[in-house]
Amino acid sequence: MLDLSFESPKPKVIAGATGDWELVIGMEIHAQVASRAKLFSGASTQFGAEPNSNVSFVDAAMPGMLPVVNEFCIEQAVRTGLGLKAQINLVSAFDRKNYFYPDLPQGYQISQLYHPLVGEGEVIVDMGAGVGRRVRIERIHVEQDAGKSIHDMDPTMSFVDLNRTGVALMEIVSRPDIRGPEEAAAYVTKLRQILRYLGTCDGNMQNGNLRADVNVSVCRPGDYERYQETQDFGHLGTRCEIKNMNSMRFIQAAIEYEARRQIAILEDGGAVVQETRLFDPDKGETRSMRSKEEAHDYRYFPCPDLLPLEIEQDWVDGIAASLPELPDAKKARFMGDFGLTDYDASVLTADVANAAYFEAVAAEAGDGKLAANWVINELFGRLKKEGHDITDSPVSAGQLAGIIKLIRAGDISGKIAKDLFEIVYTEGGDPAAIVEDRGMKQVTDTGAIEQAVDEIIAANPAQVEKAKANPKLAGWFVGQVMKATGGKANPKAVNEIVTARLGL
Amino acid sequence: MSRIDTETARKVAKLARIAVPEDQLPALAGELSNILTFMEQLGEVDVDGVEPMTSVTPMRLKRRDDTVTAGSMPDRILSNAPDAREGFFAVPKVVE
Repeated sequence: MLDLSFESPKPKVIAGATGDWELVIGMEIHAQVASRAKLFSGASTQFGAEPNSNVSFVDAAMPGMLPVVNEFCIEQAVRTGLGLKAQINLVSAFDRKNYFYPDLPQGYQISQLYHPLVGEGEVIVDMGAGVGRRVRIERIHVEQDAGKSIHDMDPTMSFVDLNRTGVALMEIVSRPDIRGPEEAAAYVTKLRQILRYLGTCDGNMQNGNLRADVNVSVCRPGDYERYQETQDFGHLGTRCEIKNMNSMRFIQAAIEYEARRQIAILEDGGAVVQETRLFDPDKGETRSMRSKEEAHDYRYFPCPDLLPLEIEQDWVDGIAASLPELPDAKKARFMGDFGLTDYDASVLTADVANAAYFEAVAAEAGDGKLAANWVINELFGRLKKEGHDITDSPVSAGQLAGIIKLIRAGDISGKIAKDLFEIVYTEGGDPAAIVEDRGMKQVTDTGAIEQAVDEIIAANPAQVEKAKANPKLAGWFVGQVMKATGGKANPKAVNEIVTARLGL
Repeated sequence: MSRIDTETARKVAKLARIAVPEDQLPALAGELSNILTFMEQLGEVDVDGVEPMTSVTPMRLKRRDDTVTAGSMPDRILSNAPDAREGFFAVPKVVE
């Protein structure tokens, strides 16, 4: 049973000279579709290829070349829409967005302005246990990426690489439902998580495979609620769009800076001008891209090279039937089935590979809570320290489950288990065999423990007298026995026998 | 009736990166206006309830498979470039 109820977080409030201000944020996320070939050509999407080697004549906009849509890219966008509980439009169409730039050889980008493939959906953004922001998705459309311009290789020339030209992007447009910099970053994190679960975008922000445009405006407390009631944007402030950010940290810093800039203008009696701005990470500020304003007259019109995109409900249903379990459902299940805390379940479901690993360990070890502890505290800690992730973990799920099974069977103590983990991590091998071979097995044989206890007692009559006077000192005997047995005696059994033998 | 004035003609020419000498703008504006006026006659037709026709033949949009079938020919891609260096197109500096 899924319990997905949650409360809304408080919006971020910035105190100005004339009173409080709130932020209103909407985002456009450009997510590169995970596909082998481009959206309208048979050129590869492989990152890091030699310049201009992943370019077909279609991408280079040679005269007479016509676009033919890659059906898998459409399937991926539909899958994304379904993952965001969005409406899928069985009829959509492609439009041309016209502008000139050296990395856009066609002179237009093929996009979907008037009839997007995916309509309204939603993302629940986790803001702590039981707190979440419902961010409405307005639409997702499919479009071509542009090429890459490099400006620092020559003093007078820009160098252009068309490898990325024509790669399929999904532009995921949210409603202005995000209320602070942290929420904005959490929104991108959640969206990225869902895309990675779905396998529709690898989410690699460093390579530019996930980038965000952020619309920011400020308003007075109460204005946003009036907007919500009426859906009238007149209640909100004038927004500015900060383009093309590919880091969570920059997104937060840019929003913070931009909100304060707008508040300063408004409190000075000025007016915010709607414009596109760029974030400069070095200076930590946004600046106007006014020079591009005129180029923003895109003169969209339906692309005459492409018929409308008609898809069938059966096909959509087939994709829906193949959707994997998504993060919210997985997290709820981990909490319900394994009794995990909200925090542990969040950590384990953050990435689909981590979740799969944990589940394999839990299933084989037969104890979800213990498995969660070991995966999060021992394994993740160790992997992080060495810059590994779960996909190149030296300890397999089977090996970790083996260690946990030895703990559960009482064969090894928790302390020995950590030593065993270290051995398995660095040397590999079957945990049970290592324990056997290296004599790490916990001594549960009472006879052997009794003998060790008797020897220690016999050798330390003075300590015995002290312990009889002060039973707290019995711990010293336990410690000596553990030492004598190389840490392999079952601590619980040692405790009991020491207490009995000392007559406490 | 749409009228394209000289100012609009200048803007359209600039957006299309077409150099139009100043003294030819009025004539261009007139021609564009005539084209629009001619097309506007279509507005007289009652198309209420008629679905927009996107193709004269009942065709389904052609699709391709997600397989790599082109590329690995940077020399041919660059062969028409006025300037190319180290595998890149080289263009006059454009920096935002």
